[in-house]
Amino acid sequence: MLRLIKSGSGFWVLLFAATWGLSASSFAIYKALDARWIIRFPKKWELQLDGVISDFLTWLVESAGFHFFSFKDLTRGIAAVIEAPYQFFRNLLIEGFSTGFGETATQLSPSLSWIAIVVCVTLVGRFARDWKLAALVGVCFLYLAIFGRWQSAMITLSSILIAVPIGVVGGLFLGIAAYRFQWVNLALRPILDLMQTVPVFAYLVPILILFGFGPVAALVATVIYAMPPMVRVTIMALQAVPSELQEAGRMAGCTRRQIMWKVLVPAATPTLMVGVNQVIMLSLNMVIIASMIGAGGLGFDVLASLRRLDIGAGIEAGLAIVVMAIALDRASQAFSERKHQAARRGNFLQSHPLSSTMFIVSGLTLILGFFVPAVQSYPESLTITTGPFWAAAMKWVNINFFDTFEAIKVVILQWLLLPVKRFFTGIPWAWGILTMGLIGWRVDGWKLGVMAALMMAFIAANGLWAKAMVTIYLCSVSVFIATVIGIPLGIWAAEKPRAGKIILGLMDTLQTLPSFVYLIPVIMLFRVGDFSAMIAVVLYALAPAVRYAAHGLREVPEQMVEAGLMSGCTPGQILRRVKLPLATPHLLLGLNQTTMLALSMLVITALVGTRDLGQEVYIALTKANAGSGIIAGLSVAFIAIISDRIVNALADKQRKRLDL
Amino acid sequence: MKYRSVAAAALMVATPALAQESNDPIKLTLHDWSGQLITTTLMGEVLKEAGYNIEYVQADYIAQFAGLKTGDLHVAMEIWETTGREAMDEAIGTGNVVSLGETGMDAIEEWWYPAYMEERCPGLPNWEALKECAEAFSTPETAPLGRYLGGPVTWGGFDDERVEALELDFEVIHAGTDAALFAELEAAYQRTDPILLWIYSPHWAPAKYDGSFVEFPAYSAECYTDPSVGLNPDAAYDCGKPTGPIWKVSWAGLADKWPNAATAIKNFSISNDAMGAMVTDVDLNGQTVEATVAAWMAANTSTWSAWIAK
Repeated sequence: MLRLIKSGSGFWVLLFAATWGLSASSFAIYKALDARWIIRFPKKWELQLDGVISDFLTWLVESAGFHFFSFKDLTRGIAAVIEAPYQFFRNLLIEGFSTGFGETATQLSPSLSWIAIVVCVTLVGRFARDWKLAALVGVCFLYLAIFGRWQSAMITLSSILIAVPIGVVGGLFLGIAAYRFQWVNLALRPILDLMQTVPVFAYLVPILILFGFGPVAALVATVIYAMPPMVRVTIMALQAVPSELQEAGRMAGCTRRQIMWKVLVPAATPTLMVGVNQVIMLSLNMVIIASMIGAGGLGFDVLASLRRLDIGAGIEAGLAIVVMAIALDRASQAFSERKHQAARRGNFLQSHPLSSTMFIVSGLTLILGFFVPAVQSYPESLTITTGPFWAAAMKWVNINFFDTFEAIKVVILQWLLLPVKRFFTGIPWAWGILTMGLIGWRVDGWKLGVMAALMMAFIAANGLWAKAMVTIYLCSVSVFIATVIGIPLGIWAAEKPRAGKIILGLMDTLQTLPSFVYLIPVIMLFRVGDFSAMIAVVLYALAPAVRYAAHGLREVPEQMVEAGLMSGCTPGQILRRVKLPLATPHLLLGLNQTTMLALSMLVITALVGTRDLGQEVYIALTKANAGSGIIAGLSVAFIAIISDRIVNALADKQRKRLDL
Repeated sequence: MKYRSVAAAALMVATPALAQESNDPIKLTLHDWSGQLITTTLMGEVLKEAGYNIEYVQADYIAQFAGLKTGDLHVAMEIWETTGREAMDEAIGTGNVVSLGETGMDAIEEWWYPAYMEERCPGLPNWEALKECAEAFSTPETAPLGRYLGGPVTWGGFDDERVEALELDFEVIHAGTDAALFAELEAAYQRTDPILLWIYSPHWAPAKYDGSFVEFPAYSAECYTDPSVGLNPDAAYDCGKPTGPIWKVSWAGLADKWPNAATAIKNFSISNDAMGAMVTDVDLNGQTVEATVAAWMAANTSTWSAWIAK
């Protein structure tokens, strides 16, 4: 028996069997012993933390201060600093410059015309790489005009133009600080974890109070959400710079600052651009939530049209976000790969052909715009909409295929969702805490074990155990399905590059398309309930599973494959015996990211009526109860952190075993 | 009378009496459903006619109270008795938010079914018919119980308690948002599948879909609080839902900074029918909110100019 426990797999089998048994019989035990505390955390032991947090926030907002000014003055000051450039971009791109308010307003200058903006971004594309990229970016922006999304798109673009630089520069500096000073690194890690995993809804209320209503609060929330990857990537990129380069810098007599900015940062730029890309993508991900608290723009269009059940308009507005993401992403990638070119000679027109074209076009359209309105703003009569088509298509699918979908759904519900749900929700809380501790200990030593147990205890002690279990159930089922679909897709993408391009493009779209867009059709076909929530989570969380699988397989060293071929493996054997085992660390990282995304989707699925922690956060938001929102948000974050640490430890072990 | 009030309105714009009021923009909050956008735009345009500077701010329905308390936001035009009461009372309790009275619209919310269900469940709209034909409303997940799709959990409504008290064989499923709610209705309506759900008015749904509200025993305050009242002697909530006014609220400083505007907002009143017609124009006929409001204002000059007349 003892030997069995000590051997690797025996421990897991036993732990699972014990959990299963307890989960199935917990209700019976409670009845038999008349001990309700087995399944419910005793009310009198519950921590009343939400009140404490709410009080603290009230204090922070109303009384906290530093001698001369209060904390709120500080945040309001920051808000004003952010607001000024934001308003400038808005005026420049869409609203035009004017003085005064309402009736007395006089316009100083109209905004840039749509033609000027399309030409400018096209030329930026040319500048960044070539005419091919220029055409792509230009077409993307034309889409916005043709589908009648121009106004909203420009509002969204202004907030992106503010949020992304703040996120990138802030992330870069934090990353550098963490690279330089170990204590910053240690202090930053848990904060980054929380920033990435606490659902945005949880801290929305405090942000609104501190930064005021309107676009600035939305910008702050966007930056908080989008910055962490930049910090992480910066730390990683700086650490990965070969030490020889640093040595060379030192030899050449560089100061520390020079080493940082002339050697380390330039050498790390390609990796840093991955961070920039992430910041752009995450900022665009936030567009919907930002619009709920006053950012307006494309996110608002998506929400408003879906509330009218105008699916076509919702899809068009959603695709406008995707299109914008593609344009910004490709352009920023191109900038990072851009080679320096020798300065050209001649007068300004000759030496700066692109900038001068921009100025000339902007100036010309500005003057023309006074006489021909169509030059200033895209004429409404020329916009097209695919709304009726989508409505008809949706109706056709709904009427003809609903029964098939229903049959599939019932099977999956009965054989997968319900049994898993029963398993997780049956686990008595005390055993759950213990199990998490044991798993952590077994995977990565006692430190992780203690941390995991404490975190689970925090959840139970705040009376959120049942909801946390529903969360874990929904997540694990979704992650399981996303992995089952995603890894084969990733393998396919890696083996067949042409198919891979399409698959990875599709994944980009799925990730930037606001989930609300497909949530509503999913509900129409699958009704409100866990199943619809699961589909939405799977669609959103699929991308990393595919990407990491594809990346992992491509990274397998050529000589390993050669060796396999030499020893007479069939292609199938090479895949199964050589490539997949070597790619396991990547697959695990993909699993990790899939879990993170699944958890971050939970708040959105609360909008379709699940009963989990996401719902708890959402309820707290709608009741403006900052305390309980933060508690529920922390609980989600803790689940995410535990799963992150466990999976990372597994990946590390695997990497060591494979000697990579 | 009509001309006199128009003249009065015109005079108000011209007279320097306004000069003592602040020129800062009054911030009105916008939410994400058309009816509210119409109400707010209407109020905003009327105030513009009276010479005020107006700014529309997008804000969350409940989260906006934080802004109303501090004076970041000034006016919220639609707080529904049925969904926003709790937050409104809390805010007014702090003394920083005041009620500006009712909008004249009455919120109706109740269980609702499409007309084609009357054949499958004879006896509707009387609620007792539901006792006999719960199975007609069932889905594979809920069978043999019927399925009732309730509103978002946060919007209250005591449906779980009602089902219990009236001994209905129904399972209550909560939609997370009303977008989800109406998506399901639209899909079921296309297939003429059974559905029973929570709907509120003024809204475009009762105009678009043919159907009726279930008639429960009439609501009374005692029925909700006192178990002995009503059909079931042992349970509260054995009756229908209350209807309730839609309120206007503002930041407490509004009346000091813009006294006449505060009066105008207090005067604002519009009927369910007029609002229902405008909501239909916007959501079903594809009009813009601005055009719909402008059309209403052109046709009802005397009504709105009376709001801003002193």
